[in-house]
Amino acid sequence: MPKVKIKRKSTAIDMTAMCDVAFLLLTFFILTATARQPEPLPVDTPSSTVTIKLPDSDISMLTVGQGKVFFGVVGQDVRMRALERMAEEYKVTFTEEEKKRFALVESFGVPMANLKEYIALNGAERNNLNQPGIPTDSTNNELHQWILQARYATKELHGQELRFTIKGDSNEEYPTIRKVVDILQKQNINKFSLVTSLEGLN
Amino acid sequence: MAELDTSGGGGGKGKKVRSKKMSTRVDLTAMVDLAFLLITFFMLTTTLAKPQAMDMFMPDKDDEQKDELPVKASRTMTVLLGSDDKIVWYMGVMGSTAPTVDNFGKSGIRQAFIDNNKKVLAQTGDPKKGLMVILKPTDKSNYKNFVDLLDEIKIAGVPSYGIVNKIEPEELNLMKEQGAFKD
Repeated sequence: MPKVKIKRKSTAIDMTAMCDVAFLLLTFFILTATARQPEPLPVDTPSSTVTIKLPDSDISMLTVGQGKVFFGVVGQDVRMRALERMAEEYKVTFTEEEKKRFALVESFGVPMANLKEYIALNGAERNNLNQPGIPTDSTNNELHQWILQARYATKELHGQELRFTIKGDSNEEYPTIRKVVDILQKQNINKFSLVTSLEGLN
Repeated sequence: MAELDTSGGGGGKGKKVRSKKMSTRVDLTAMVDLAFLLITFFMLTTTLAKPQAMDMFMPDKDDEQKDELPVKASRTMTVLLGSDDKIVWYMGVMGSTAPTVDNFGKSGIRQAFIDNNKKVLAQTGDPKKGLMVILKPTDKSNYKNFVDLLDEIKIAGVPSYGIVNKIEPEELNLMKEQGAFKD
């Protein structure tokens, strides 16, 4: 009598389905991705229980930390237009190339006088640069101008009011925040948002 | 991982030489590896969570105060933010009620807000006229305390609040007395 042979099963698994899923997920992540930008001024935001999400467009972020204020506005077109308006205001001329480079800057904190040099730097150099923040003194209130010009630019391009958010560091002393709030209020902006991280209700 | 070729090679003599059929299956392991590596990369470099934001309203700064409604002093609760996470609050006009030194947290300022709101509502008997919190952050207070307090106001359901930046000297003295303000 012949021996009954047990059929050997192959150890290979069919990877096709797994491969399909993996690439589907990959496609999804690539399409939804917005690259994380390195922040020029890292801040630790205070936590709150509020869960209102910030809108994606027509917002400006004022980052406050270490006594410095950084300015940033969402949207490359708005940034470019704001820079053009600022250039007119401060009698500085920027080339098209410089404007394009500036449009990619998410947030910055250099005075107008040093802006040209700042734009010329490359990414790594910018990260290493210790930016002094935007001047907010009453004699040279550039932050006021930036806010004003960015509002004009948004209105021109999108027909929307620019919303302002303040991203402050937890340990920042209140007077610095008050200074920024005062600048906003001078332009009759009485409503703005404070960026917070999420905290459970306890 | 490559599939094992278990079939015997070649064959006996005299048999026809058959061309060996190649398997159509491709080993996908490496491809899957790569795909997952890329997925991991994209997941880590993207910001999934949008920042949360809290809305804040400031009173109009116009010098001419047109439509300001007078608020009864008994409805107001003044909260002074001091240094070292300390809070001092009093009801109504300063001096009329004893100030309380409080702390952040569930049983601290939040309870005070809830209790005072209830009291005021019982007093006025009008659900629209609840507590009015006047928030006064001093120069020594930090931003975190300020946000925390706004948060507590929201949690406690206080109907109205205002932020006032002007701090009276008496209030500063009061805070110094209570040890809530350090120069």
